[in-house]
Amino acid sequence: MLRVSSPHTHNRRDSGQIMRLVMVATVPGLLALTLFFGWGSLFNVALACATAVLCEALVMKLRGRPVMFYLRDCSALVTGVLLGLALPPYCPWWLVVVGSATAIILAKQLYGGMGFNPFNPAMVGYVVLLISFPVAMTQWAAPAGVLADQVGFIEGMRQIWGGVPIDGYTAATPLDVVKQNSSLLLDDVYTTDPTLSEGVWAGAGWEWVNIGFLLGGLFLLYQRVFTWHAPVSMLVTLTLMAALFYDGGSSHSGGSPLFHLLSGATMLGAFFIVTDPVTSAVSNRGRMVYGALVGVLLYVMRYWSNYPDAIAFAVLLMNFAAPFIDYYTVPRTYGHKKSRPATNKGEH
Amino acid sequence: MSDTVDYRQISKNGLWTNNPALVQLLGLCPLLAVTGSVVNALGLGLATLMVVTSSNMIVSLIRKGVSDAVRLPAFVMIIAALTTCIELLMNAFTYELYTILGIFIPLIVTNCAILGRADAFASKNKLLPSTVDGLTMGLGFLLVLLAIGAVRELLGSGTLFANMHLLFGEGARGWTLTVFPNYPGFLVAILPPGAFIVAGFLIALKNVIDSGIERRQETRRAKPIKGSKRVRTTGAIS
Repeated sequence: MLRVSSPHTHNRRDSGQIMRLVMVATVPGLLALTLFFGWGSLFNVALACATAVLCEALVMKLRGRPVMFYLRDCSALVTGVLLGLALPPYCPWWLVVVGSATAIILAKQLYGGMGFNPFNPAMVGYVVLLISFPVAMTQWAAPAGVLADQVGFIEGMRQIWGGVPIDGYTAATPLDVVKQNSSLLLDDVYTTDPTLSEGVWAGAGWEWVNIGFLLGGLFLLYQRVFTWHAPVSMLVTLTLMAALFYDGGSSHSGGSPLFHLLSGATMLGAFFIVTDPVTSAVSNRGRMVYGALVGVLLYVMRYWSNYPDAIAFAVLLMNFAAPFIDYYTVPRTYGHKKSRPATNKGEH
Repeated sequence: MSDTVDYRQISKNGLWTNNPALVQLLGLCPLLAVTGSVVNALGLGLATLMVVTSSNMIVSLIRKGVSDAVRLPAFVMIIAALTTCIELLMNAFTYELYTILGIFIPLIVTNCAILGRADAFASKNKLLPSTVDGLTMGLGFLLVLLAIGAVRELLGSGTLFANMHLLFGEGARGWTLTVFPNYPGFLVAILPPGAFIVAGFLIALKNVIDSGIERRQETRRAKPIKGSKRVRTTGAIS
């Protein structure tokens, strides 16, 4: 007799397990950030996580819900981790705390908590900070190898807690350099700018950070935490847009496709932000549309807006559009010839 | 309409139960747009208060002479005329504030809280109740504007009552309270999203207070009657 396996029993993960997998997957990227930009990111992640968990517990207590039950799903921790990764290293402590508290209290719990938030909490926290404190939010540490010495522990702590500024630890990020460039050919930019000349494709540090997040993302894909649709379509449209406006590397070039794929928060956004199951579109087709439009918006804002990187803005704008996309991409149900819009219940 | 008018009820309606900004959610455009500081909020709140009070008075006076068919255009004309007066007054006496508030002063005409009071109350009531209604509704609106303005100014720039000389003359220049010295400025609070967030929190606060009052009344009502503790086990009282 044939031994029949049981396809009907599957081991469904609960959200706590998924969230823990996501946190594990951020490790390579976080490691690269720490290696190239110093320990500031580690500190940011720790502080953002602590604040997020504290705020979540506080709100749960206020709402009269079981605190430990909701803390155990680790969603607050993931929000903290993602926000901490996005914030500049060695930024003042209150920046991290305000951002994390905004993300959890305003963007998540006020809308009803886990699963009800229309916007990605970490990105809301990030955007609130970027709009409110533009100066502090645009100071990114120089990667290792560009400056003679890294930020030490004592002086870093003094800047974070006491606001004592460190001398010249920052450098323009590659995206910023390419954006500000108006006179040099792209090849010349690559040889003159210290960050870009130290790197291979997209500047020292940045390319490895992105490869780290790419690895983490592939791990999650392998674990089937999310499907490939949203991240792949986002990366494809970003590549296409970058190829379209590359124009062979003149002084007006937006940078090569590879440069865009490996700089800024591209990979973090593609695999950890765009794939958020709550705020993205639901069906596979919908996710492809959603991801593709995030990619287009990302490039449009990188090239034409005042901000060098725009993952947060692109994702928030598309979060707005996700229900609209869902409405037009209802999958065909088995037995029906054609899919119909979700609200079209009367006809058959 | 009965002859006895309950002024307490009218006032309570305007200030709390039926507050134009927190309950009716009318006039949100100026509410959200100009409440970046206390002085802006106070300026626009006073202007609205004057318009709504005087428009209620005039509408109440002419209520018998205006037919139902043309009442809305007539009311809008009255409100527009009054707004123009206020605008000219502010242009003359508080010119700087007038330039800061800009388009939102003429836009008082379109504040639906004012037209709403004219149509819902003043066109059906006598002069005195209408005036009281306009005054308290305007005051309720002004207080909410002030609260939002104060919170946003405090969060956004760390001060309170800055630039009050725009409204009260040079003597008020020193009224500025610097609550947080060396404040980096929380820009979101001053930008439009901050207005929505603060207004949302104020509405939530009002609802919390209301439900608290209700709960207290309920427990008072549900107090067990003292006396016999005997429990009836059979039969029913006919």
